[in-house]
Amino acid sequence: MKTPNQDVSPVQQLLEKKYNGGFLNRREKIIPIVLFIMAAVSVLTTVGIVLTLIFETVTFFKDVSIVEFFTATEWYPFSNTDPVYGIWPLVLGTLKITLIASLFAIPIGLAVALYLSEYASTRTRKIMKPILEVLAGVPTIVYGFFALTFITPVLREIFPSLELFNAISPGIVVGIMIIPTIVSLSEDALSSVPEPVRHGALAMGSTKWETASKVIFPAALSGILASIVLGVSRAIGETMIVSIAAGSTPSAALDLTSSLQTMTSYIVQVTTGDAGFGTTIYYSIYSVGFTLFVFTLAMNMLAQFISKRFREEY
Amino acid sequence: MENTARVKSEEMVGRIDGRLMKNKVIKGIFLAATAFTTIILMVLLYRIISQGAPYLSWDFFQNFASRRPEQAGIKAAVIGTIWMMSVVIPTAAILGVGTAIYLEEYAKKSALTRWIQMNISNLAGVPSVVFGLLGLTIFVRVFGFGNTIIAAGFTMALLVLPVVIVASQEAIRAVPNELKEASFGLGATKWQTIYRVVLPYAIPGIATGSILAFSRAIGETAPLIVVGIPTFVAFLPSGYLDQFTALPMQIYNWTSRPQVEFHNLAAAGIIILLAVLILMNSVAVWIRNRFQAR
Repeated sequence: MKTPNQDVSPVQQLLEKKYNGGFLNRREKIIPIVLFIMAAVSVLTTVGIVLTLIFETVTFFKDVSIVEFFTATEWYPFSNTDPVYGIWPLVLGTLKITLIASLFAIPIGLAVALYLSEYASTRTRKIMKPILEVLAGVPTIVYGFFALTFITPVLREIFPSLELFNAISPGIVVGIMIIPTIVSLSEDALSSVPEPVRHGALAMGSTKWETASKVIFPAALSGILASIVLGVSRAIGETMIVSIAAGSTPSAALDLTSSLQTMTSYIVQVTTGDAGFGTTIYYSIYSVGFTLFVFTLAMNMLAQFISKRFREEY
Repeated sequence: MENTARVKSEEMVGRIDGRLMKNKVIKGIFLAATAFTTIILMVLLYRIISQGAPYLSWDFFQNFASRRPEQAGIKAAVIGTIWMMSVVIPTAAILGVGTAIYLEEYAKKSALTRWIQMNISNLAGVPSVVFGLLGLTIFVRVFGFGNTIIAAGFTMALLVLPVVIVASQEAIRAVPNELKEASFGLGATKWQTIYRVVLPYAIPGIATGSILAFSRAIGETAPLIVVGIPTFVAFLPSGYLDQFTALPMQIYNWTSRPQVEFHNLAAAGIIILLAVLILMNSVAVWIRNRFQAR
């Protein structure tokens, strides 16, 4: 702080103050604009993603008929003479993985969430939370390695007919990957049901299970459903686990024991290979990416809709 | 009379036993599920450490990638990841905190603000491989950066940006209104209040959330593959427009080879990756606990 100078006239002081005020004023006006530009970056990112996918997909459809894309049941882009681009085998591959992951993760995830919110002591919860956080933080490349080098060999011991690349092992590991998502969001929903509701049910003579299943679970249903939908959405978009452990054979067969390809692992296969810029194969990854984007966007919107529409207010 | 009453109460006791039994069994099942997730983590860590630990040597850190597993090392990947993060961290932190300040302190409750907010939460749900496609088109092709550090760094920064924004928003929202009002009351301008009062109070929360977001960027593989980051790199980058490789790319490359020796190398790489992530997580938790007391 400057000490007021006795020699300076009050008028000069006032002028000085006004000058400072002017500077401050200008700064106060510029800063919100700068910050708004920063906020615009994330909007531009969305716009960029959508436009990129649309433009490159349109270019792709100049070479390949859109009817073929949706109706052909074969995805065989690497043929020199007669490539076929039917998205169905890739979508089916993604659905297989997502189905196995959901069958594995939803029951376990909900069981863990119910245990932590309704049964566990504070101490158990304190131990389990960091464990789940670590599980959530494990990079998917690590899960992919785990699927290929541990889960697949173990499963092949039990079921010798299982191929090295299959849907089951990566499906299970994608399930492991989404368990923390389901647990943490469901647990939030369960614990946000007010204590008096719980006490009321227990005071009526219900056991903890009756309280949990007939009172708490229905009350938290919207949050639980939203957590499941978000988990499924993550399974659909999962890339590394399936690239490493599920193989790279687009297949329209319903078989789970043999190699397959998902939308995500096709993109990885093309971008690790030498498909040159401008080829039909290059543009095909955008059409696949667009399909994938539509799937996950729909799931995320559904999750938002569920948690808004069906929320129980207390 | 007496008899029937006794029978009834015995019946009820019997039913209560059944209900309590059911409760116990279900509790047991839930406990087993909870234990199962812990066991999975233990098995995963045990497998990776037992496979990879013998390969962790000074040479492993000193050597470049090699076709011979006994000579292969992780130097280029570690250095490359550090280079990439030196782009990701400032970019995502400045944009993320800036956006959060705008949304929390300046934006009016308008349709535009709601739209931006919805945008951010939808962006958080976009698969990382799609961010890779964005990076490939915009940074690699349109801006002409090629498959370099700067292209990968910007792509990763955009990927983690929503997480940084949301964490920063929560931290800024948690600043008590009294503090802000006191600052305004002393004649501070809005920006002075934000810069000198709101931000210092919110920094620990912002740091915790951001560190977790950055640790995600270190482990992400898919966007790097799509952007075209090479896996076999036997040199160190000297600038942001150089090619490079990163830890998860090197691990992916070793994992996708059929030989067991390369799988062991991948496990060794994973140990380093997980060690870095656990270190970052611990720092985040430490900051959270250190400043939560206020």
